[in-house]
Amino acid sequence: MHTDLTQYLDYALIAMLLAVGIAIVRLRNLFAVVMLTGVYSLLSAAWFVSLDAVDVAFTEAAVGAGISTVLMLGAMLLTARESEPAGQKRHWAAFAVVAAAGAALFFAIPDMPVYGDPDSPANSYVGMEYMDRTPDEIAVPNVVTAVLASYRGYDTMGETVVVFSAALGVMLLLGFGTGRREEDEEDEL
Amino acid sequence: MSPHLILRIVSKLLIPLIVVFGFYVHFHGDFGPGGGFQAGVIIAVAVILYALIFGMDEARRAVPPVAVRYGAALGVLIYVGTGVLTLFMNGAGEPLNFLDYDALHPDQSHHTGQHYGILLVELGVLTTVTSVMLAIFYAFAGRVPDIKDEDW
Repeated sequence: MHTDLTQYLDYALIAMLLAVGIAIVRLRNLFAVVMLTGVYSLLSAAWFVSLDAVDVAFTEAAVGAGISTVLMLGAMLLTARESEPAGQKRHWAAFAVVAAAGAALFFAIPDMPVYGDPDSPANSYVGMEYMDRTPDEIAVPNVVTAVLASYRGYDTMGETVVVFSAALGVMLLLGFGTGRREEDEEDEL
Repeated sequence: MSPHLILRIVSKLLIPLIVVFGFYVHFHGDFGPGGGFQAGVIIAVAVILYALIFGMDEARRAVPPVAVRYGAALGVLIYVGTGVLTLFMNGAGEPLNFLDYDALHPDQSHHTGQHYGILLVELGVLTTVTSVMLAIFYAFAGRVPDIKDEDW
């Protein structure tokens, strides 16, 4: 059987993801938790690179490890630095949800195609057609960009509007960020 | 003298490089991984890094919240505008289609119009994403005072 050495890299990365995940659950210091979620995103980005999904890895590194960490940090500054210990009852409820979701995922594993399977659904139908037609129709080397911006131009337009509406929602809820800050208000009291 | 001298000097050197890398990711999106979305996030990160190190007020002077607000809408307009533009430019005499980039350039054999169209719509995505990320950051970080040195 053909052995691929990069699979050991995958195992190491998944083990590190697991360790970081357990550390996030066990830690109470929210600052450390925010930083570890950034580390988690960076590790998943490295794993995506090893799976040859560079575009996804790029987005994960920029959004997950970059922006999300900063926004979580900003949100944390509005609350406490340490989380309150959760009650024992809530522990069990959370564990039941996680166990049920995990069991469902394990149940679904046999239906998944083998990694790199040329006959998998993702590699069989319209995906291969895009691979065949992009050099003639779009003449762009990166097929991901061709699908995203040209074949699925309408979808990406919708996504841009979604991103715009996200900002609109945040602005309507939190203001434009130009209002008075907390320290200014304290000075006036 | 500032207690964060090394941080300030290093980030002053790094921020222009981060922005240039963001534009590289955008304009190289046809050839390598990346595109407007990733580039927009990277450019927003450069401004956020500036805000973290030099303070929110300095960042607001560099990139005013008004510009961020208009930018978010402008990006969507660039994207939709490209689609409308293809309706009016009919270089090849083909039937008119919304977001059909081939209409943008008469060179049909090399699909130059596709390159132009992809770059234009990705520019719209970049403008919206950068502005939206900064708008959300300003909305969150504008509510708390800057972190004091002893709190780090």
